Amino acid sequence: MKNPIIGLNKIFDNRIRLGIMSVLMVNEEINFNDLKQMLEVTDGNLATHLINLEDNGFIKVKKGFVGKKTNTTYSVTKAGEKAFTDHIAALENMIKGVK
Amino acid sequence: MYFKVLFMNEQNQQTLDTLQDIKRMMERSSRFISLSGLSGIAAGICALVGAWFARNEFKPYYKSYDYRGGYAADDFQELKFRLLVIALSVLAAAWVSAFYFTWRKARHNKLPVWDLTAKRLTINMLIPLVAGGLFIMAMYQYNDWKFIAPACLIFYGLALVNASKYTLSDVRYLGLLQILVGLISTQFVGYGLYFWALGFGVLHIIYGFVMWWKYERNA
Repeated sequence: MKNPIIGLNKIFDNRIRLGIMSVLMVNEEINFNDLKQMLEVTDGNLATHLINLEDNGFIKVKKGFVGKKTNTTYSVTKAGEKAFTDHIAALENMIKGVK
Repeated sequence: MYFKVLFMNEQNQQTLDTLQDIKRMMERSSRFISLSGLSGIAAGICALVGAWFARNEFKPYYKSYDYRGGYAADDFQELKFRLLVIALSVLAAAWVSAFYFTWRKARHNKLPVWDLTAKRLTINMLIPLVAGGLFIMAMYQYNDWKFIAPACLIFYGLALVNASKYTLSDVRYLGLLQILVGLISTQFVGYGLYFWALGFGVLHIIYGFVMWWKYERNA
């Protein structure tokens, strides 16, 4: 039998990073404030996890402007999508495996 | 062995929780889920009350029509204006009451009422709705009253079908039914108000009740 834990990604151990990825999987693009509102986290906390995901190549960051205000939007990369679906599949396998 | 099973169960529960968290996050961030069934019922009641007022406006018009023995332009303009006032009042009352119940549900579930999903829902609903509204105003402008009620129903139905991608997917069926009622009513010119009351009144109330039964009864 295949090891069910293969595919689990340590990066997604964190609840906030998992939340960010969940939101980005179903939204083409989302800005910092909307993300913050949905995940109910502080600016600093969210920023740290976003940087972590960006450094791992899982998300893309686009800096733009709305009027004079900066508007940073985030979207998921191909690599991020793959890592996340693998992670979910591994979680599902763990549950099936125990039954 | 016993300890191992216990450990596995606990871990299993954690994994399940995580998967449910992911699912909830995906749903919450892509659809506006606070739409309350009571909003539908309230909007339906507004529509029925409005239809009743509108019906009362027709009575003196036809009486005068019979009395004069024919069509009178000033009577028609008067009726037209009164019906427009009723229509706009119904629209305002329906929006306010629908918004109230949805706001209440969002607050109860501790969810923001005006977030990204609400904005998306509003924009995508407004596109067919505003186009339809302007089209109907043009018919009104040229005194083409025959297809005003069917157009209200059809454009509203299209707006709901479009909006259903951004909120509870059940809204799609309400939209399809509104379109159907609108199309049928094109074959019964002169009975527009009754079809209008059926679509905006009765269907809203039934839909609202079903939604409330399905999602909110136990909340």
